[in-house]
Amino acid sequence: MKLKGAQIVVESLIAEGVDTIFGFPGGAVLPLYDALYGAKLKHILVRHEQGAAHMADGYARATGRCGVALVTSGPGATNTVTGIATAYMDSIPMVVLTGQVPVGLIGNDAFQEADIVGITRPCTKHSYLVRDVNDLARTIKEAFYIATTGKPGPVLIDLPKDVLNATAEFEYPKTVSLRSYNPTVEGHPAQVKRAFETMKQAKQPVLYIGGGMILANASAELVKFAKKTRMPVTTTLMAMGAHPTREELFLGMLGMHGTYAANMAMHECDVMVCLGARFDDRVTGRLDAFAKNCTVIHVDIDPTSIGKNVVAHIPVVADLLDVMKKLNALAEKDATDWDDKHRPWLTRLAEWKSLYPLRYEKSEAGIIKPQFVVEQAWEAAKGRNPIWTTEVGQAQMWAAQFLQFDGPRTFLSSGGLGTMGYGLPAAIGAQAAFPGRLVVNIAGDGSIQMNIQEVITAVQYGLPVKTVILNNGVLGMVHQWQELFHGKRYSNSEFQMNPDFVKLAEAYGAVGMRITREADVRPALEEAYKVNKPVLMDFVVEKEEKVFPMVPAGGTVKEMMLL
Amino acid sequence: MKHTISVLVENRFGVLSRVAGLFSGRGFNIESLTVAETEDAAVSRMTIVTRGEDRIIEQINKQLNKLIDVIKVVDVTAEEHVERELLLVKLNAEEKNRAEILRMVEIFRGKIVDVSAKSYTVEISGGDRKIEAFIEMVRPLGMQEMARSGKIALPRATGAPAPKAKKPKSGG
Ligand SMILES: Cc1ncc(C[n+]2csc(CCOP(=O)(O)OP(=O)(O)O)c2C)c(N)n1
Repeated sequence: MKLKGAQIVVESLIAEGVDTIFGFPGGAVLPLYDALYGAKLKHILVRHEQGAAHMADGYARATGRCGVALVTSGPGATNTVTGIATAYMDSIPMVVLTGQVPVGLIGNDAFQEADIVGITRPCTKHSYLVRDVNDLARTIKEAFYIATTGKPGPVLIDLPKDVLNATAEFEYPKTVSLRSYNPTVEGHPAQVKRAFETMKQAKQPVLYIGGGMILANASAELVKFAKKTRMPVTTTLMAMGAHPTREELFLGMLGMHGTYAANMAMHECDVMVCLGARFDDRVTGRLDAFAKNCTVIHVDIDPTSIGKNVVAHIPVVADLLDVMKKLNALAEKDATDWDDKHRPWLTRLAEWKSLYPLRYEKSEAGIIKPQFVVEQAWEAAKGRNPIWTTEVGQAQMWAAQFLQFDGPRTFLSSGGLGTMGYGLPAAIGAQAAFPGRLVVNIAGDGSIQMNIQEVITAVQYGLPVKTVILNNGVLGMVHQWQELFHGKRYSNSEFQMNPDFVKLAEAYGAVGMRITREADVRPALEEAYKVNKPVLMDFVVEKEEKVFPMVPAGGTVKEMMLL
Repeated sequence: MKHTISVLVENRFGVLSRVAGLFSGRGFNIESLTVAETEDAAVSRMTIVTRGEDRIIEQINKQLNKLIDVIKVVDVTAEEHVERELLLVKLNAEEKNRAEILRMVEIFRGKIVDVSAKSYTVEISGGDRKIEAFIEMVRPLGMQEMARSGKIALPRATGAPAPKAKKPKSGG
């Protein structure tokens, strides 16, 4: 069947099983928008292309499927860069379709031309400039395959306007063959066995879990394995939800703002089992004092993650789902009395947990504590199967610390890039995938303003996302660093002015609420969760509150600041 | 330590920028980089000479492998291999120098590929020790311009007789 390039794109997306795309039109992609007219694809018209990229990302994180964004050439494409980089750093499967000037004009500084393939080269897993309509369907097939396999990541396809207008025979390829790309999947059985034997010898092991566990859909296997082997679990920010949080074996998040118990466990362990994490500097602190006295087992699908920062004594390059299944099979047949072996260690960890839990001082003058709001946001959401998203800063850290999680893909946060402005569009993306679930964005008053324009998108499409603004009137995390490390010289971190968030919400047709008294926190949340509309909740909270514990950047657990 | 890495890549638009960008973006060093088609027109071979501690070289290998368009990466440094570089150098060819130039060209088994009233252009190929030695020797004679191709390399055929111990590893 002969089709125009634009129709080939639409048909290919449908063949890939895509149901929703996030985009914004412009000259170069007009043929594609024309093909979308009346097509069986839901298109969500954003208000800024960064929003489209984050929505596709939020959709992908919540569902595990590939997110899709569509934008025009030049400024449309460049506006997605932050969203692409955000997805890249957190290994999120995403396909970004960008318009491009006609092939003959490329390189001429044509109107709305940008070398988007060049600009995004370092923050995409792969990218394509399609110069021939005959390559289009195959390219799309490859893009989805690359985005979703191995270590997932964003793939960009640049589509010159004349390619969209040209015609070609269309048949969507059934298979992909790429001689240069064969993501390793199976864990070497002998190496997995070696890892398991090492765990059997351990007296003080710890399972250090990263976002890879969620990406690999292996959380259930993890829970099973930890339970069977009685090994304590700590997760990175990216892995919140990979293991239920309210359980004896769970130590909390580790790293800069991790719990005392988690960081001490990492420091004192004899065997560190790193599963799908990459020893980021926010986790390790000073490298020469990290993991010095333990055997490191490192399982990751990405060979470049292994041995990059920390030497792995037992490296395993593999898909975590496969490795976890193998580990569980080994544990199944094994007679080790794990509980007995780990009893002294678990007792010590339990002591640390009870001596230094995550905590905050209750408010005195009735001023609302931000941590209290987060706790209440979770309490009020019980039984509603919530998905949480965050912006970046203190609010994000409090969300990671004071929310509780029962399962994966319920905490969507920009970890690697730390992108302010991520939370709201990501929430909209997740809500588009799960219209019936409660989706809540935990935000600071700074971050929420970075993509606030998307409130109207949520209103227009009836996506009732809730935003909890912890309004401290400052760029809280910056303020905290200035207080602690820059002699309280608060250079440009205090908002002298903020908009009236209630009026702003109302102007967009959403519900606005301002909460200034502690007693009103819970009722406001309950009410917000009930209304079937987007809600902006402006919680006026304590300005000086800090995130603790804190291991200063480049520091060690010895320097951990506790409350 | 210096490493010569041979990379087979898909002969596609933008591959060079992906590889070069990987090196600059991650702060890896490139001493030389050559690229051209192989016996299969769909495949190009890049030969990259780089320097770094083992940990860095390991990262370079892995990061190169991670690029979708990269088919194969071999750090030939660790294996028996042949490597060559081509040097073109334009030397002052005054009366008093000419004999010396010819003598050097002979010793180094080079060729004079262009001649003018004032200059001889010499072509030399070999491993980097040979090339560098030649440059050292002729520099005092007066060098007008020079161009080096950067190194190319191929692993030795398996089953070939091992080279004698004394033979310099870089060949030539
Ligand atoms: C796009 C972007 N710009 C700047 C930063 C640096 N930054 C990190 S946290 C932070 C403060 C965030 O303030 P706010 O959103 O009000 O949250 P709070 O820390 O007060 O909870 C800033 C500016 C960033 N992470 N992202």
